[in-house]
Amino acid sequence: MNLDFTAIIPSIPYILKGIGVTLQITIGATIIGFIVGILLALCKIGKITALRWFADIYTSIFRGTPLVLQLMIIYYAVPQLLDIQIDPVPTAIIAFGLNSSAYISEIIRAGINAVDKGQQEAAMALGVPYRKMMKDIIIPQALKNILPSLMNEFITLNKESAVVTVISALDIMRRAYIVGGATYRYLEPLLVAGLIYYIMTLVLTFLGKRIEKGMRKSD
Amino acid sequence: MIKIEDLHKSYGQNEVLKGISTGVKEKEVIAIIGPSGSGKSTFLRCLNLLEEPTSGNITIAGEVLTNKGTNIMKVREEVGMVFQHFYLFPHKTVLENLTYAPINVKGVDKATATKKAEDLLTQVGLFEKRNEYPSRLSGGQKQRVAIARALAMDPKVMLFDEPTSALDPEMVKEVLAVMKNLADTGMTMLIVTHEMGFAREVADRILFLDGGKLIEDASPEEFFSAPSTQRAKDFLEKVL
Repeated sequence: MNLDFTAIIPSIPYILKGIGVTLQITIGATIIGFIVGILLALCKIGKITALRWFADIYTSIFRGTPLVLQLMIIYYAVPQLLDIQIDPVPTAIIAFGLNSSAYISEIIRAGINAVDKGQQEAAMALGVPYRKMMKDIIIPQALKNILPSLMNEFITLNKESAVVTVISALDIMRRAYIVGGATYRYLEPLLVAGLIYYIMTLVLTFLGKRIEKGMRKSD
Repeated sequence: MIKIEDLHKSYGQNEVLKGISTGVKEKEVIAIIGPSGSGKSTFLRCLNLLEEPTSGNITIAGEVLTNKGTNIMKVREEVGMVFQHFYLFPHKTVLENLTYAPINVKGVDKATATKKAEDLLTQVGLFEKRNEYPSRLSGGQKQRVAIARALAMDPKVMLFDEPTSALDPEMVKEVLAVMKNLADTGMTMLIVTHEMGFAREVADRILFLDGGKLIEDASPEEFFSAPSTQRAKDFLEKVL
C-alpha cells in the first residue's frame, strides 16, 4: 500500500483556497439560475405563446446537451463572437447559471401549479392584479413547497461545478490536480478534494434543513 | 343595484346556465338554493367574472361587467366573495390577510388598513387571533376571517359560495351569526347555501335554480310554505 499524504500537506492550504472559488461559482450560478428560472417558469405558465415556446425550447436545449459542452462553448464563444475577454470564473457562473435555470424553471413551474387554484381565485376576487398575485401570493407559497428541491439543485451545482477544471478555473478540483502535477502524486490531493466536497455538501444540507424549518413557521 | 339579463354559460357542449334574468336591490339579501349541479355556484361566480359568461349582460352598480372595456379588477374590488374552502393566504397572518388587498389594490396606507382590519376582526370576534397564521385556526374561524377579509375592501355586494358547507356542524352557527349581523347592517348579499333555516330567517328573497334555469323567485314565506313549482316541492321534500 502506497498512500502518503506527507508530501502534499504543505499544499493543502492551496487546495482549501479553492473553496472560495467553488462557492463563488455555485452561489453566482444559483442566483442567475433562480432569477432566470422564475422568469422562464412565468413564461411557461403564461398565456403568451411565443414566450412559452421560447422557454420550452430553452429548457430542452440546456437539458439536452452536456453541461461541460455548454461550459466550453460559452468559454470559446464569448471572446470569438463578441470580442470580449472573459475569465474562467465568470464564464463558469454564466454557464452554470443558464444551465441550472432550465432545471430550476421546471421545479418552479411544478411548484406554482401545485398551489391550490383557490388561492388564485381568492386573489382575483379581491381585485389583485396578476403580477402582484404571482409575486405576493402564488410564488411565495410555491417557493416554500419547492425549497427542498431548490436546495438539492444548489448542492448538485456545488459538486458539479468541479467540471470548471476544463476551462482552468482555480476551484478545489483544479487545485488538487495542480498539486498532483507538482508532487507527482495525484491520488492524495484528489482524496483531499473529495473530502472537502463531501464536507461542503454536509454543511449545505444542514443549512438547507435550517432554512426549511424557518419557512415552516406558518404551518 | 344588480341586473342580470339572459345570462348563459357553457363549458363546451355543456350548458350550465340557460338564460337567467333577475335583479337585486340595494341591501337585499338573496339566498340561492337548488340541487347540486343546478348552476348556483356558476351563477354566483359569473357575478365577479371568476367565470366568464358565454352570453348575456350583468350590470353591477351601473357598470356593465360583460362589456369589453369594463375594468374587471375595479368591479372585483366592489364585489366581495367568500368561498366554501376559505382560501385564506396561508403564508400571511390573519391581519395580513385582511390588509393585503386594501394596501396593494386600493392603495390604502398601512395604518388605516390595519385599524380597519382590527375593527373587522373585532366584529367577527377574532381580534385575539390577528397575529396567528391561518393554519392555527378552526374552520369556523377561518371562514370568519375570510368574511372579514372580503369586507376589508369595502365591497358594495358580498357573494357567499356555500360558506358553511365545508365546516363541522358545530362551527356552522358562528359563521351564520356573522353573516346575519352583516345582513342586519344592510349589506347587499347573495348566498348560495344549503342552510334552509338560515335562508328562511335571513333572506329577503329566495332564488331556486334547477337545471341551469331560475325556476322560482319568491319571498322565503311563499317559497317554503307554498312553492309554486313541482320541482321546488320535490327539492324541499328532500332537504327539509
